[in-house]
Parts: sequence; structure tokens; C-alpha cells
Amino acid sequence: MTHKPLSSLCLVTALALVPFASSAQTLRFAAQGDAVTMDPYVVEEVFTSGFLGNVYEGLIRRAPDLSIQPALAESWELLSPTHWRFHLRKDVTFHDGTPFTADDVIYSAERVRAGASDFKNRLAADTEVVAVDDHTVDFITTEPNPILHYTWANWYIMNRDWAEANNIGNADKAAAEESYATLHENGTGPFRVETREPGVKTTLTAYDGWWGKGSVPMNISDVEYTPVPNAATRVAALLSEQLDVVFPISVQDIARIEAAPNAGIKAGPEVRTMYLTMNQWRDTLPGSGLEENPLKDRRVREAIYRAIDIETIHARILRGRATPAALMVAPGVNGYSDTFKRYDYDVERSKELLAEAGYADGFSFTFQCSNNMYVNDEAICLAVSNMLAKVGIDAQANVQAKAQYLEAILAPNMDFGMAMLGTTPASLDSHIALYSLHMCPRADENSAIWAPEDQGQIIAGKSNFGGYCNPEIDRLANEILIETDEDKRNALINEAWTITTEDVAYLPLHQTWAAWGIRDKVDLQIRADNVFDWRYVVMPE
Amino acid sequence: MIRFLLERLLQAALLLLVVAFLAFVMFRFAGDPVAQMVSIDTTMEDRTALREALGLNDPLPTQFAQFVMRALHGDFGLSYQLGRPVAALLADRLPASIELSLIAFGLALLVGIPMGVYAGLKPESWLSRAFLIFSLAGISLPTFFIGIMLILIFGVELGAFPTFGRGDTVDLGWWTTGLLTPSGWHSIILPACTLGLFQMTFIMRLVRAEILEVMRSDYIKFARARGISKTRIHYGHALKNTLVPVMTIAGLQLGSIIAFGIVTESVFQWPGIGLLFIQAISTVDIPVMSAYLLLVALIFVSINLLVDLLYFLVDPRLRMSSK
Repeated sequence: MTHKPLSSLCLVTALALVPFASSAQTLRFAAQGDAVTMDPYVVEEVFTSGFLGNVYEGLIRRAPDLSIQPALAESWELLSPTHWRFHLRKDVTFHDGTPFTADDVIYSAERVRAGASDFKNRLAADTEVVAVDDHTVDFITTEPNPILHYTWANWYIMNRDWAEANNIGNADKAAAEESYATLHENGTGPFRVETREPGVKTTLTAYDGWWGKGSVPMNISDVEYTPVPNAATRVAALLSEQLDVVFPISVQDIARIEAAPNAGIKAGPEVRTMYLTMNQWRDTLPGSGLEENPLKDRRVREAIYRAIDIETIHARILRGRATPAALMVAPGVNGYSDTFKRYDYDVERSKELLAEAGYADGFSFTFQCSNNMYVNDEAICLAVSNMLAKVGIDAQANVQAKAQYLEAILAPNMDFGMAMLGTTPASLDSHIALYSLHMCPRADENSAIWAPEDQGQIIAGKSNFGGYCNPEIDRLANEILIETDEDKRNALINEAWTITTEDVAYLPLHQTWAAWGIRDKVDLQIRADNVFDWRYVVMPE
Repeated sequence: MIRFLLERLLQAALLLLVVAFLAFVMFRFAGDPVAQMVSIDTTMEDRTALREALGLNDPLPTQFAQFVMRALHGDFGLSYQLGRPVAALLADRLPASIELSLIAFGLALLVGIPMGVYAGLKPESWLSRAFLIFSLAGISLPTFFIGIMLILIFGVELGAFPTFGRGDTVDLGWWTTGLLTPSGWHSIILPACTLGLFQMTFIMRLVRAEILEVMRSDYIKFARARGISKTRIHYGHALKNTLVPVMTIAGLQLGSIIAFGIVTESVFQWPGIGLLFIQAISTVDIPVMSAYLLLVALIFVSINLLVDLLYFLVDPRLRMSSK
């Protein structure tokens, strides 16, 4: 008899829970790899920061069409070209219930620029961050920066009290002790982490106190994330309805999923541009056996460009799921323009150009390729190599897995004649693409490109491993950085792209399409930067 | 007996050292761990600092000595990628691998030995021939293919079994088990069949060959002449005498399925150490790779030792000679 009150209480609770239970929607989702850590400043990697964007939030966020939206900052204004004021949202709490204030922004600004943070470039070291009051923060830069906040969509705000209470120090990649932030989070986002087994499973639940409730169509209450590296396993799990959303789907599997009665595909171009980089700074071309470097000659670079039949790659290898590119930035990136056209595919013209440059008999070089980094990367590389053979150029494709590949092509080795890479500008603005890929990689105007003793200091041009260098581009990039008038700025960007296209600085290939496998009746928004925003997921009731 | 054990332990220690050293030399060719840990936009300066902090610039012997010293204290460092202690990562993943291997192995023995005995005793029957054809398929088909076919047939088409993962697990504090929940059992069947199929056919063929051999031997003929019942001859004498070679091979195989269930684990997304290792290779996570290789060597050494000890139990001749 003594049990009775307790059991009836249980019954009442159970009844009270029923309506919630029936509307509880669990999103079961799988991708290739796991989020590396729950600490938002340790690795800048699309999946990890995209995943954490559902848990943490930045001052701004990107909408499904990649436009900038207010998030933790309600609005902002420019008080002077170097003085920004951000007004913070007032009704925000972290997952542990602590209210969000300006002090958290100050803390995050300190931590994101300290230690081994991968996000140091979100905020210049000399930018002053000042709390005006609890909900107003000023950013004072030394130089005008019209796109200050463009990269902030994944600069997530952390809570100072929580970090200090749990002894979370600076981001550290070579630590001796595990950081509390590796497995735990305290964000302001729509989801909170319930359980976390790295590499196995992570479960999350919707955060009841989320400030943005009702602003999005989201109807999921739980998320179960499983990393599934094996592509065939991912597809099988989707088709057997054990998963609702699966990413990425390889080109070969798309038709099969489209034919399945219970699943479908959503696909669209990525914002990442695939390109070939040509080594134009080495005095001798790696793998050529020549005394000189033919790729220093613009005509040779154009000849290579014209020898590549992008339409065939597009149709055969990517089965139509790619957008050929003429620029080093994709549609959707500020400064992109469709007035630029690719150099036409023209084998005869290519041979003429080679003959003019004195290489009628062709030459050889090493062509470094990856086989697990991009969509069908190995097949594309081999196709390019075959196409170049038709004009007498022997591009010796060396296909390797990511780890070995990156070691070969990144500084200090840079051991390639040509290499295939992809680039996504973090700010979704042309400046960063000009700045890291096109500026001269040298300490100052008088030093050599990629001089070994200066390599540690190179920041402008730091991803320019092919060593393209045109002082005019350096000048334009520096002007674009501080030009606050939008029209003038866009004109400068256009001028810069005209020069780099004329120079054949790089050989842009295409934007491949990303394909998501989705169970029937599940709706979501795919984004060109491959970030999965769970707020837009609608599951069938 | 004691001397034998001591000798074996010394050999084991040496072997582990050699494995650790070979692994260390190999990692030089695995790629650059730093390139995997930073974004492509990280400056050279930060990369160099990180390389220095990880001790990757020290000479190889120094790095190796440090690794061995720390390993002796049970400290394998933090995973470069996951930022978690490697020992904890392995401990989290080991139960999944061991459960899968034991179920697969048990399946292989329970099905493989009777099939082998039958095929050995009645080599001419049609069922024996069917077993042989089946075993040929089991031996020649690659694991990933079997796994994918099982997934397609039983997972996707029939929808009878989960196609990935371990189902619900129960945490016993020091061990997480999937064998106490229905979904755990449900999930383990396909991967266990995949992993066990090769072993099963292997054991079946071995037992069959041994039985054929033993049945021709003199003592079986004498036993027959004495009028001993068929059952006793088959199971008391013949089977027992086939067990020594079967045990040796099976023991080694058990080691290899715990350690190298990598393919099965990756096809079924089974969260064991093999999956951890394959992820570590792709990201050049040196602490995880070296600890895994050491663990695998340790598993092999221990199983071999166990098998050697089991001989003493099964084979009276060994007991006699060691006295």
C-alpha cells in the first residue's frame, strides 16, 4: 500500500510526458568523420566548426544562402572606419543557465587569439575589444577593415565563468593533459551535448532556453550523430532507414539513392573552388630534369590551361555534378563575377603556345594529387595528366593519401610542378583569396620568394605554394583590405581578378557539387559551405 | 615449466620493444602529423612551434627513448587529433573489439568443428561436398565483400538486422557491453558472421583434413578391432587427437581477429580498436598508432603463451617430456 502514492505519481508524470514524447523527433545523422573536439578554437575544419555551430553561436551567423545574419549580436554599426559597435542580444543564456554578457565576448576575443588557436585570424592581434556596458561591445582596429565580422560566423562565444571554473586554458594542441573543453561544452546554441563518445556517437538534445525558439521551422528534439567513414556503410544505413541524413554521398551512389523508394538526394554546388597550382618560383621545375622552370612563362601556363578539357571532366568523372570555374572564388563569394570566362579548350592553340615558348617537344614535371580529400580527386588528376600528354607535356601524377600529399606540397617542401587543391575563403569574400593565395610569399620586396630563412614570417601569400607573384596584386590586395566604400572595393577586386586571370596565376577547375542523402519526408537546407544547420531540419510528424 | 614461462616472458618483452621500434621508424613515412592538426591557413611560424612542442624535431632515438619510458609508466600521451589520453581511448574501444571477436570466434568453433568432423568422417556424402564448396567461398571471398553483401541482403533488402553500430550498450563501470541488450545482440550478428566466416571455413577444412588423417592411423584401426563403439572412436579418440594443431591455429587466429578486425569494423562501423586505428592512420595520429601496435603485439604474445600452456593440458606427451 505504501507504494501507491509513488506509483500514481509516476503515472501522472508519465501522462504529462506523453504529448512531448509523441512529438519528440530524433534526427539520426552520419558523416565521414567526427567533430574532432568540442573546444571551438582548436581546429578549423569545416565539419567540426559546422557541428559546433549547432551548440555554440557567434556574434553573427550565415543563413542558408550564406548571407550574414545577426546571432548573438542583434545589430552593429560603424562609429568610424576603425571603430565598430556591436549590440548584444539580451535574452541569451548559456546551457548552464548563466546569462550571456559583454564579458564573455571579451573573454572569447582573448582566448581565440591565444595559444594554439586555429582561429587567430578572426581578430587581428592589435584589435582592441572593449565592453561599453553589459550588452555593448566595441572593436577598435588599427586599420579600417570593412569585412571585420565576415569570418565571425564560426568564431563561437564561450562563457568566461564556465571556462575559469573548469580550468580551461588556451587552446593547446600539444598539451600533456586533456582539456575539460575537449568533451564538454557550454554554448548558447539550439542544441546541447548529452553524451559524447569521440569517433563513436554523440547525442544532443534541443536546449529549452534557446533564445531563437520559433524563429526557425526546426521540429527536432534530439540529434544522434554517428561518424561513418565507410561510404558503402553510410548508404546502406540510409536505405535501411537507420539514418535520416547522410553526408557526403559519392557521385557513384547518387543514382542508386535516387532510385530508392524511401530516400532521396539534395545536391548543390559547393563554395569550394578546385584548382591546379603551378610552381612558378623554383628555378628548376621539380621532376623535369630541366635547368630552368618553364612554368615561369605565362604562355606555358596558358598552354596547360587550354589543354584541359573541363567539359569532359565535368560530364564523365563528375557526371554533371560540378560547375566549371573561371575564377578562384565561387558564386556566393563577395567579388565573384560571371563576366570572367575560362580560356577555351584548344589543343592546337596550346601546342602553338608551347612552341612559341620553346617547348614544342614538351617537358615533364611532378603532379601531386590526393586520393581522399576531394570528390573524385584521383580520377580528375589522372584525366588531367592524360589530357596534358596530348600536347606533349608529361605530368607525372603522384597520387597519395591526404597525410603524405599535404606533406609534399605544403611549405617547407613544396615539392611539385603542379598540384590539385581546393580553396574556400573563410570570410566568403575575395580579399582572403587574394591575400593568402595570390600575394607574393616573401618577407619584403627585396627578399626571394619562399626564402627558407623567412618562411616562418610569411603571412601574406601563406598558401601561395606555387609562388605566383605580381606586385600589382600586392598593391591591390592591400587597398581592398582598407577600402570601406563598397562599390570602390568591388571595382578593385574586379581589377585584381582581371590581372590574375590574364597572368594565369592559377588554373581554376570547378566547384564540385556536394550531395546529401536524405530519408523521405525529411526536409533540410543544404549550404554551399557544407555546414549542416540543424535548425532548418523538419522531420515528418 | 617455470623456466619455460620466464623464457617466454623475456621473449615477449623483447618482441614488444622491437615492434615499438619498427612502428616508430615506419611513422616517418606515414606523413606529417602537423599538417593534419592545423588548418591550411595556419602560418609556418605556428606550424613550427607546434612541431617543436610535440617533440617531432628531436632526433629519432630521443623520441623513441621518451616513448618507451612513458609507455613503461602506462602513459601513451594524448591523441594528436582527439586531445584525449590514448590509454583511455583504447580502453573505451577494446570491449567492443573483444566482444565481437569472441562471438565471431565462438561461432567459428561451434559451427566449424562439427562441420569439419562430419566432412572428415563421411567424405563421400553430398552434404560434405556442399560444406567444401561453401568453405571455398568463405576462404576466397574478401571480408569487405562478405560484409557488404550481408548488409545489402539482411540489412537493406530484408531489413532484418541493423547495418552499423553496436546497438545499446550497458556500462559496467570497467567494461561496456552490448551483450546485455536485445539491440546489442541484434547488432552483433552480421559483423560476427562476417568476421567469423573465414575462421569457420578455415577451422572446418583443418578439422576435416586432420580427421581424415587420424582415421587412417593404426590406433583407430585397433580401436575398431577391439569393437569400441563408433561414437567413442570418433569423439573420444579421433577428435581429441586432431585438437592440438586446431588449437594452435585457432589461437593465432583469435589474435588476428581481435587485432585485425579492421575491415569488418570499418564496414559495420563497429566502434572497436580497429576502427580507431584506421582513423588514426588517416590523420597520422602517432600516439594512437604506436599504442595500438603495442597492444596488438601484446595480444599475440599473450595468446601464444596461453596456447602453449594449453598444450600441456591436452597433450600428455608434453607433460611427460617436461618432467
